Amino acid sequence: MRLERRAHVPLGLAIAAPFAAVLVALLLAGLLIAAAGADVLEAYRRLAIGAFGSRLSLTETLTRATPLMLTGLAAAVAFRAKLWNIGAEGQFYLGALAAAAVGASGLGLPSAIGIPILMAAGALAGMLLLLGPLLLRLRFGVDEVVTTLLLNFIVLLFVSMMVEGPLRDPTAFGWPQSVPVEAAYKLPKLLPRSRLHIGLAIAVAAAVLLFIVQSRTVFGFESRAAGHSPAAARFAGISLSGTLVKVALISGGLAGLAGAIEVTGLKGYVTTDLSPGYGYSGIVVAMLAGLNPIGVVVTALFVAAVFVGADGMSRAMGIPSFIADVIVALSLLTMLVALLLVGYRVRK
Amino acid sequence: MTEALDILTQASLWAAVLRIATPLIFGTLGALLCERAGVLNLGIEGIMTLGAMVGWLSVYWGADLWTGLLCAALAGAIAGLLHAALTVPLGLSQHVSGLGITLLASSLTYYVYRLVVEQGSSPPTITPFQPLAIPGLSDIPFLGPALFAQTTPTYLAIALIAVTAYVLARTPLGLAVRMVGENPHAAEAQGIDPTRVRIGAVVAGSALMAVGGAYLTTSAFNSFFPTMIQGRGWVCIALVVFASWRPGRALAGALLFALFDAYQLRLQHVVGALVPYQLFLMVPYVMSIAALVVMARRARVPQALMQPYRRGER
Repeated sequence: MRLERRAHVPLGLAIAAPFAAVLVALLLAGLLIAAAGADVLEAYRRLAIGAFGSRLSLTETLTRATPLMLTGLAAAVAFRAKLWNIGAEGQFYLGALAAAAVGASGLGLPSAIGIPILMAAGALAGMLLLLGPLLLRLRFGVDEVVTTLLLNFIVLLFVSMMVEGPLRDPTAFGWPQSVPVEAAYKLPKLLPRSRLHIGLAIAVAAAVLLFIVQSRTVFGFESRAAGHSPAAARFAGISLSGTLVKVALISGGLAGLAGAIEVTGLKGYVTTDLSPGYGYSGIVVAMLAGLNPIGVVVTALFVAAVFVGADGMSRAMGIPSFIADVIVALSLLTMLVALLLVGYRVRK
Repeated sequence: MTEALDILTQASLWAAVLRIATPLIFGTLGALLCERAGVLNLGIEGIMTLGAMVGWLSVYWGADLWTGLLCAALAGAIAGLLHAALTVPLGLSQHVSGLGITLLASSLTYYVYRLVVEQGSSPPTITPFQPLAIPGLSDIPFLGPALFAQTTPTYLAIALIAVTAYVLARTPLGLAVRMVGENPHAAEAQGIDPTRVRIGAVVAGSALMAVGGAYLTTSAFNSFFPTMIQGRGWVCIALVVFASWRPGRALAGALLFALFDAYQLRLQHVVGALVPYQLFLMVPYVMSIAALVVMARRARVPQALMQPYRRGER
């Protein structure tokens, strides 16, 4: 048996791949649910109800999808240029911390000026955090996978230090959390009587914008070329390091923005459990979408639905909610295989 | 200031160094074995988590400690087989597959743990490995309690360094592993099957990683709790580069690393009131990055690392 590269990838196959991958992942996770002694179909019914069954659950899924879209875009834009940014989790936290620090510093600005400044602060923090590992790669040849991963731990400790130290809210009954941002900087709600905020609109707009940039601009071409064949890109006169710096600014900026939006859209302050792994789940979101920015919007909704739905299923049936993480991780691996089958033909 | 220096003369510090180094030695050896055969295994963080849980759970369910380690190794081998299947015959991205293995192995671990132990209850404990004083040597003043009163897995880890170094450098099997990591085409021309050797190396390496995780629950502590691996897997990946892919240097790297870790733990008690504890906890991660920067240019990278091998394809 050997694999032979397809000269032309049928569009239908490319679109079917993520659905097939998710189906196989759900089947495999079903075995684990059955092993826990539960009715698999009932469990998935509960999961669907938990994610979409009511106005509350639907808005909750959309709220949860917002940061996932942005971290998913962060991974998608970086991976396309073969910049392995696994540090979205750290960039998310540093962005959240920067937004919270600026928002609580007593500037007293009106919302229309203050909110963009907070967003910019978050994005800038994420950008700077990713520039470090990129510089180490370009200058010393250090693999950015390991450095961005290690930075996630450093940033989380830094956040912990800040919310227990200089940024600590003295009125929080001893809980380690930062001083809340001024009320004027909280993001407006998208729907009344829900947690859903305009962050969702920002995330979708970012996806559309990124799609246009990637498919219609010279930079989009350069970043794809840098990922596909660095040697050919260099031959075509494309500056590899210049392209990677731009990619890193976008990727880190999006992840930092995700953190700033999560803080200003929901609680208004930072804690060390602000993110249930949005940075890591963003990698799965991006891969399921085949690194396509518009696809990221859809796959972020899927991943968010699994997480929100699993909470409901867990409450109703006593299955550990970690099943959501298992489903998401399985989807990543099955998607990898599906992508291979799309790009290659199996020959006897 | 003298207090900060006094720490270095405590036998308990040096005993802690070996204790902290043990899981790193297993993990680094495992990652090194995979990479010498040409496969980066970023599944390490999840595989160590899985090994920690499986080792603990087997003993909790009545197995003896060694069977616990064996079960952990088996679980790690299975996870490694999955990574090998995806990256070697299928040639998928080693980065993404490895991260997928880490996500899958750790979430699966937490899922199974939660099925066994209900949320909110305190983690059940087991009776862990007891220190084994080596007769004669452990009576030496200072050195005895520092180096020769460890648990058996620690001695095993150090012995494995020597075994791995010997096998890699001096046996046909080791030569085959090195060849497929440097030039799989040349290896194939010599009648070696690169696919089989790579799969074998990843499976064996992953088993070692899992034993490193299991050391934490069966020797260093006596129970399992989520997030207990705390990035140790990523530190091991950095240590492999620091060691320039050599087992002997991996031992030195793990010990140096553990020394800093053990030292910062004790220094916290001395100057803890002045400096936030989080700064001390950052030390291992900052050191890993520093080690990567210092060694990246000097290290001899296996030439075919991260390059998938398909027969007849260049």
